[in-house]
Amino acid sequence: MADKIQLTKHDRFSVAWRHQFLQGSWNYERMQNGGWCYSIIPAIKRLYPKKEDQVAALKRHLEFYNTHPYVSAPVMGVTLALEEERANGAPIDDTAINGVKVGMMGPLAGVGDPVFWFTARPILGALGASMALSGSIVGPILFFVLWNIIRFAFLWYTQEFGYKVGTEITKDLSGGLLGKITSGASILGMFIIGALVQRWVSISFTPVVSKVTQQPGAYIDWAKIPSGTAGIKQALSQYASLGATGLDKVKVTTLQGNLDQLIPGLAALLLTLLCCKLLKNKVSPIVIILALFAVGIIGRVLGFM
Amino acid sequence: MSAISIVLVIVVAFFAGMEGILDEWQFHQPLVACTLIGLVTGHPTEGIMLGGSLQMMALGWANVGAAVAPDAALASVASAIIMVLGLQGGTTDATKAINTSIAVAVPLSVAGLFLTMLCRTIAIPMVHFMDKAAEDANFKVVEFWQIAAICLQGVRIAIPAAALCVIPAKAVTSALNAMPAWLSGGMAVGGGMVAAVGYAMVINMMATKEVWPFFAIGFVLAAIKELTLIALGVIGVSLALIYLGLKESAKNSGGGNGGSGDPLGDILNDYE
Repeated sequence: MADKIQLTKHDRFSVAWRHQFLQGSWNYERMQNGGWCYSIIPAIKRLYPKKEDQVAALKRHLEFYNTHPYVSAPVMGVTLALEEERANGAPIDDTAINGVKVGMMGPLAGVGDPVFWFTARPILGALGASMALSGSIVGPILFFVLWNIIRFAFLWYTQEFGYKVGTEITKDLSGGLLGKITSGASILGMFIIGALVQRWVSISFTPVVSKVTQQPGAYIDWAKIPSGTAGIKQALSQYASLGATGLDKVKVTTLQGNLDQLIPGLAALLLTLLCCKLLKNKVSPIVIILALFAVGIIGRVLGFM
Repeated sequence: MSAISIVLVIVVAFFAGMEGILDEWQFHQPLVACTLIGLVTGHPTEGIMLGGSLQMMALGWANVGAAVAPDAALASVASAIIMVLGLQGGTTDATKAINTSIAVAVPLSVAGLFLTMLCRTIAIPMVHFMDKAAEDANFKVVEFWQIAAICLQGVRIAIPAAALCVIPAKAVTSALNAMPAWLSGGMAVGGGMVAAVGYAMVINMMATKEVWPFFAIGFVLAAIKELTLIALGVIGVSLALIYLGLKESAKNSGGGNGGSGDPLGDILNDYE
């Protein structure tokens, strides 16, 4: 056998590095084509010394392409394997290469969106944001570092995987693995979103339902508390046994308090489901967001929120 | 704002704009962008808190297919700058500055959307230049236009950010202070509810009959305040693994001879 032209690890790594800029020239005509061609240039330079081959390769990779920017990595891996074969004389024509690209980008995009945009990012984002709300720098750092480790590891290892197994991967894709990943991600995603709705959608209704004057003994009689540290101790020990309602003589029950006893976060849940319904009916998210601000302002002015 | 701060803010804005399209390093996510703006202007704590609040709203914002999501890049950068200007003007307190910035972030995210669409249109002639360069195997020129297109997206956010920086801080503060309490209070109330929209977007993408029970479990468990988000994540992963495992073993034992020997067909049947 003659000397086989092969992509070095360095070539493959620089393709993976450039692949991060895939969406840079995203356009309404051929979408990610420019970024794809930009990414594969190091491989073209290695594989095709002759100018006419280079021209053909560049044109071949400026065709329409669009998928999720991360799961594009295994597609790139397979394409590199095919291009390498072709450069060594295997009868792989343009249609075969484009066929593999187009055939893989659809099903893979269907996995990338739920896994990355709707499971991984909301979870890491919520984790970081919940720390950031108290002003802790750990929140943003944790989000940024974890995300980028996961992301680049995914880009590099799945590209390598695609390159090693070549076209075998297309069989893998139909072997049920993708379906499992997608449904696993949606289970985790839905679970976490359920938790986030409970914790982070805040609606609180302020109207007072009832005011009851409590029996002596059910509240802390502040007049009888001695002054000084002994008094603080006594007040705290009474508070511990009486609970929050023991602070005042008059027990105030708000609408929110009643709702929370029923199901904590019920109002948030109903609001979220309403949003789902509206979005399904093609109401733009922007319209809903603006409407919610309007409701908030009206609620504050009328004094019920 | 000092000259150095302004330059650094513009740099951060440029990165956020690039990321708004690339979606890789996540510089455009409020959690990162607001923190960085806060750091370079000397208000890190407020920046982080604003970032956290905006991130909670923007969790479900993602561009998928034809669905257009609000633009996180302009929203986080511009609202962080407005907050910093409000703080530097002096008289506004931090909570009020953060709450009002959250409110202005929403219209900004819409404006950012139109700018993205503009850039994506301008990119069409750019790929035509790439086509032409490909005729000569001119790698350098193909690369140049790719980088130019990315920079265009960076400039999309950098220019509005620079424009905001030259507004005198006093003017922003007095505008924030002139805002009546019912308006800023009402916007804070609205901001608490807006997160529901992002979550609804995620739910609509993933919900099937099969996964709704998991949503219910998550919702109920979250009421237990002792469970941190990490603990909830562990529960979620375990549930998913258990469920998939059981489903797999049910498929293998059910039907006697286990599947039809046609894995693709089995999957398609599952989806029906």
